[in-house]
Amino acid sequence: MSERLVSDVAIIGAGIVGASAALALRRMGLTVVVLERDFCGSHSSGVNYGGVRRQGRPLTQQPLAQRAHGIWGRLPELIGIDGEYVRSGHLKIARSEADLAALELYREHSKGFGLDLDIISGNALHARWPWLGARAVGGSLCPEDGHANPRLVSPAFAHAARRLGADIREKTRIDDIAHDGQCFVLHSDNGLEVRAPFLLNCAGAWAGTIAAQFGEAVPMVSAHPAMAVTEPLPLFMNLSLGVEGGGIYGRQVARGNCVIGGGRGYALDDARARPGRSAISSVLQQAVELLPALRNAHIIRTWSGTEGYLPDREPVIGFSSTTAGLIHAFGFAGAGFQIGPAVGEVLAELVRDGKSPTPIEAFSITRFTDPSTNPLQHAKELAISTAD
Amino acid sequence: MKPAFNPVIVGAGPAGIRAAQTLVAHGVRPVVIDEAVTWGGQIYRQPPPNFQRPKTTLYGFEAKRADAVHTAMADILDRIDYRPGTLVWNAEAGQLDVLHREQTATVPYSHLIVATGATDRVLPFPGWTTPGVFTLGGAQVALKYQGCAIGSRVVFLGTGPLLYLVAYQYAKAGAEVAAVLDTAGFSAKLAATPTMLRQPALFAKGLYYLAWLRAHGVAVHHGVHPIRALGTQRVTGVAWSDGRGRHELACDAIGFGYALRSETQLADILGCRFAFDPLQRAYLPERDAAGRSSVANLYLAGDGAGIMGADAAEWAGERAALALLSDTGMAVNDVRAAMLERRLARIVKFRSGLEQAFPFPADWAAHADDDLLICRCEEITAGELRSAVKNAGASELNRLKALTRVGMGRCQGRVCGIAATEILAHASGQTLQTVGRLRSQAPIKPIPFAVTDVVQEERA
Repeated sequence: MSERLVSDVAIIGAGIVGASAALALRRMGLTVVVLERDFCGSHSSGVNYGGVRRQGRPLTQQPLAQRAHGIWGRLPELIGIDGEYVRSGHLKIARSEADLAALELYREHSKGFGLDLDIISGNALHARWPWLGARAVGGSLCPEDGHANPRLVSPAFAHAARRLGADIREKTRIDDIAHDGQCFVLHSDNGLEVRAPFLLNCAGAWAGTIAAQFGEAVPMVSAHPAMAVTEPLPLFMNLSLGVEGGGIYGRQVARGNCVIGGGRGYALDDARARPGRSAISSVLQQAVELLPALRNAHIIRTWSGTEGYLPDREPVIGFSSTTAGLIHAFGFAGAGFQIGPAVGEVLAELVRDGKSPTPIEAFSITRFTDPSTNPLQHAKELAISTAD
Repeated sequence: MKPAFNPVIVGAGPAGIRAAQTLVAHGVRPVVIDEAVTWGGQIYRQPPPNFQRPKTTLYGFEAKRADAVHTAMADILDRIDYRPGTLVWNAEAGQLDVLHREQTATVPYSHLIVATGATDRVLPFPGWTTPGVFTLGGAQVALKYQGCAIGSRVVFLGTGPLLYLVAYQYAKAGAEVAAVLDTAGFSAKLAATPTMLRQPALFAKGLYYLAWLRAHGVAVHHGVHPIRALGTQRVTGVAWSDGRGRHELACDAIGFGYALRSETQLADILGCRFAFDPLQRAYLPERDAAGRSSVANLYLAGDGAGIMGADAAEWAGERAALALLSDTGMAVNDVRAAMLERRLARIVKFRSGLEQAFPFPADWAAHADDDLLICRCEEITAGELRSAVKNAGASELNRLKALTRVGMGRCQGRVCGIAATEILAHASGQTLQTVGRLRSQAPIKPIPFAVTDVVQEERA
């Protein structure tokens, strides 16, 4: 044993959820140790598409998404950088009348959450965004949604927490977790022992192992979004785009590169993934249909990541039902980037107050562990759909 | 059913051609995929059909070897499936994704010989993105393939055998070579002489170029520190310093480079294990003496797996092909295989002498100013990299890339990766080995959106 640490809270995983929880806890004055197997924000939190979008989320997530929206608006004061965050607007495209009807329905149902959705179709759509291809017949605009650079934002949350005194250990894998009746006792592969009365399981796609160890096995699977980026192009795409029913998503960064994603890649091993030929081919083809300006552009890089999906595509957020002091937050189904900072604040409130003003009941882990509320019976196939 | 036997060779330079020739000699018909439109690789790049410069002018001392390699390929064209002008942009186990004239296709393989060659090892100096500045390899391609010089009065700068070869080729072609500025000192060359005399023929060629240049009035300066390329819209000169002070020289083009670096992306994407090579200051895919990689049925040959030069590439290509044949149960000439391995081992020793004679400027990072542009695709300076190390704690190369975009542009680090690695190691006080290497991602080179996917080819 080379080093022993004692803190109020131990967090496993320095993705955007774990890092923003650490930041919020430090702002409350609690001591925090964060244990990251790799580098801060180097997995899904740092390699995702970068959508900062409320539109299209299940209504259960809207209170969290609204709270996060406020946090994103204060990003520079929280983490010291703007993270290339822009409220460009998010347009969800309809490729058919049925898609348009689904967008109308979502607008009705999401009224009251402040999304200010605006449905635009036909000539008005192409007059307003002439760069959209003919495949788009309409769309739903959420004017205050946008996008940001996850490579910068997620590590910056960790650095902000560290500046406020969080003890963040990178390249530190937790091999053993025990509970001695009072505290969690964690041992890492590099000789670290951490004792804390609270343990936050923010281990992303790898969080299921920890939950299972405490008798809360969940049917989480990993999936791998396929993403690609173009060389810098003249600015034309002044929106973040999604497609109703799945397909592709895209945005253009200030430097001019277009980030386009869609479909699924494959795992190389437990931690790494690649987009794969078929997903890339499909993304290229669909992108040209929706964005004809890309026809003569080049893809310069593709990448993927590892994201955890639960059958109902909702995350697990909240207290363990088996072990006092254990709090889970994982399974964000490729859509954790926008709500991550709000989840972090909620986790900090759960530690300090035992509850949060933001409703999270829908995300209880008991929906998988309590046989009377098992959603597996209604779980849909894990469809290829719009991730963040 | 017996699994299909369809060997594929990527690269038609000296390694790829000798590998193909060896397979053909054993009755095997390989697919040979090459990015260039004609065979020969970079070193023996052929001019377009309507260009008529003789090989002696194009290749100098290498004319005979060039001709032998070209002829070897010409002789087997009807017994191989040759795919020129074809980029391998991605690979998944057993399949290569290729791009040929805006069309993508998938090429299955049971065995693969990766002979992807090398590009210039670039270390930026102030003004290196000024129009008129080329890499040595680029300057050579202009001459060999397009029959034109990069300028009418050219300075060659950097170090390595290519520095003198290209200067010689330019002078022979009638261009005015204003000077050769070698960053390595002359004493280093003397110290390396005993090691290099292990390969007297190669050594003599090197000496010959130097002597020829001097005899023809070309100024050759050793121990040079480049200050900058002069000119804004266009190169008008070069400034450098040496033990005797600061100098300026007028020129309208600069060719520069610091020897070569291996093109390892395909080996990386295919999962080959890499190890750090201190001599080449780079991570290289591991291979045994015969060229077997850490991945079954995947062989490495030529400069793509570590810089050994064109002659060694021929031997390594043949040796890898023999290993492939032998691994599939075919009888091969073991005496020949052993002889090739001995030759390759001798070259390894000679290369260590070369590194001594043309040492990498190990203090380059320490002297790079903060405003020096490192990544020209993404316009990242040395100062920005240092700031990410200092303020964001970047200690590993892929983290530095994520935080700064270095290596994220069109070249994907093929040009800027070495300089970024040197800066990161120096700024973070770590070794090159510790800071790691850039992960390769598809596409190996940019691919257009508007491609048509050719129906998957049936497995042979």
